[in-house]
Amino acid sequence: MATMNEAATALSAGRRGLGRDLAGLAVILVLAGIGYLFFPNNLALLTRITAIALLVLSLDLVTGYCGVATLGHAALFGSGAYAAGIAAVHFGITDPLLMLAAGILGGALAGLACGVVILRAHGLPQLVLSIALIHLFHEFANKASPWTGGSDGLAGIAPDPLIGLFAFDLWGRTAYVFGVVLLAIVFVLLRLVVRSPFGMLCRGIREDPIRIRAMGASPTIALLKMYVISGAVAGVGGALNAVSTQVVGLDSLSFTLSAESLVMLVLGGTGSLFGALTGTIVFMFFEDLVSAANPFHWLTMVGALLIAVVLFAPKGLYGTAAEIIAQRRGAGR
Amino acid sequence: MQTIFSIAVDALAYGMVLFVISIGLSVTLGLMRVVNLAHGAFAMIGGYIASYAARDLGLGYGAAVLIAVFGTIVIAIPIERLLYRRIYGQPELTQVLMTIGISFCIIGIANYVFGPTLKTIPLPPSLEGSADLGFRSIAVHRIFAIVCGLAVAGALWFAIEKTAFGVKLRAAVDNAAMAAALGVRTEVVYAVSFAVAVGLAAFGGVVGAELLPVEPYYALRYMVTFLVVVSVGGAGSIPGALAACLLLGGIDTTGRYLMPEFGEFFFYLAVIAIVCVFPRGLAGRMK
Repeated sequence: MATMNEAATALSAGRRGLGRDLAGLAVILVLAGIGYLFFPNNLALLTRITAIALLVLSLDLVTGYCGVATLGHAALFGSGAYAAGIAAVHFGITDPLLMLAAGILGGALAGLACGVVILRAHGLPQLVLSIALIHLFHEFANKASPWTGGSDGLAGIAPDPLIGLFAFDLWGRTAYVFGVVLLAIVFVLLRLVVRSPFGMLCRGIREDPIRIRAMGASPTIALLKMYVISGAVAGVGGALNAVSTQVVGLDSLSFTLSAESLVMLVLGGTGSLFGALTGTIVFMFFEDLVSAANPFHWLTMVGALLIAVVLFAPKGLYGTAAEIIAQRRGAGR
Repeated sequence: MQTIFSIAVDALAYGMVLFVISIGLSVTLGLMRVVNLAHGAFAMIGGYIASYAARDLGLGYGAAVLIAVFGTIVIAIPIERLLYRRIYGQPELTQVLMTIGISFCIIGIANYVFGPTLKTIPLPPSLEGSADLGFRSIAVHRIFAIVCGLAVAGALWFAIEKTAFGVKLRAAVDNAAMAAALGVRTEVVYAVSFAVAVGLAAFGGVVGAELLPVEPYYALRYMVTFLVVVSVGGAGSIPGALAACLLLGGIDTTGRYLMPEFGEFFFYLAVIAIVCVFPRGLAGRMK
């Protein structure tokens, strides 16, 4: 029943979908403009937020839309970052767009590998597999130091000017604009993906995999495809991070980053691209604010924030807000 | 031969410490279906309390262990009442987030109160030094950890298989609603097992402090290990948990001895292989 209701609402939402896409795009661009105008000295942070937003979007694809619980999603992000970095440092591919392609490829391959392993189990074993995977990736990158620089990080990435015109300046203006454009493109593409029949199939699998199987579709194949798409998106984020910071560290493959991205997603609300973006922005600004004020209490604050979200806003900030608005509308009629 | 022997002793001691800490997690997971990522944090609290009692108050080791176990239970009960109650029966993602939040808070507070340094728990003279077995000598503390693990396993086996409480516990694990309908007060069973689980975590944290040093990131660092052990063993199964601890303890210790530069690589590779082959755990009964 829930599936049918959701399908019906999704159908009516589909008609308004285009308007919403444009609205979402406008919101992203306006927020990006505000950020550019009001924090001109903090563009590095804003670019970092954009890269993490791509990671959280990609996590939303598998966790929010497919119901796969994972604490190892940074593996995809880090693979993208390392792929872009290695392409630049070891193969001399310093064109940002080619580095981006390398990142997408690396992320998608990591997504395929992680998907094959993680989708073998459900529930707690699935979580454990994802945790083991992220540690394995981390350990591997640490040991393959001739290629990855090990714990020193992969330094010396010097991207060429973007399409030969815009050099990556010290202020990070080019990187910021590059990031925002990437985020906008990815956002629109993902809106199309999640509304497509394939996206609906994935939601159906989250609701009831047995029924989907009975209908003649293969849940594992569909989820694996979604994992590869998710890996490509995370790879874009990783490549953006590599291009903008010009260094790739082991922290991009860490368990902490995976856990934090999950926190951001849940803070904003799973199963909605707007929720993923909201969560990232709120969390990253909160982090910047608190860790600047008192780095010692940062972890305590995140913990308290998490508990508060689970207790008081289980659908996340965006989900709860959307629910309140929907209720008001319902009452208005 | 020397190496094999020391690997075996270390692996056994490490596995037993893992067992003492994670058996509580296994029971709560099997019974209450709560993925409790904060379990390691309770072990850490136990270690801190014992360290404080033994070093700063100058109490004996036995007294420190007792204070640690009961102190941790006292700290954990309000957390269970206020926070855990609300996530029983919720989806796994919710439970994971709530319990990660709790561990982050505990880490932050421990960091604030005790500082970021390693805390040691001074051993009594009777546990220091090494015992001569005639052909080899091994550290007494290792023997102590192994004996503790065996004692806990034996006591738990007796409590669960032979006592009236054990019958109720098993009934509640198999079907909580039916057990409640038959007059078992499941909330009492839940509360007692949660307290026992936390107490065992604290006990393991103290006994294993030589192998898993107590520091603020203890909760995060070993959380994964405990979760892995429970998942590999199968939730709610004592023999499964014991087998998983010995197996993973053996793999981890052997890897560290023979290929120290590859650290945890083999450990996680083995975990992935085992979980893929036995998705329900070695002796799993999870649905």
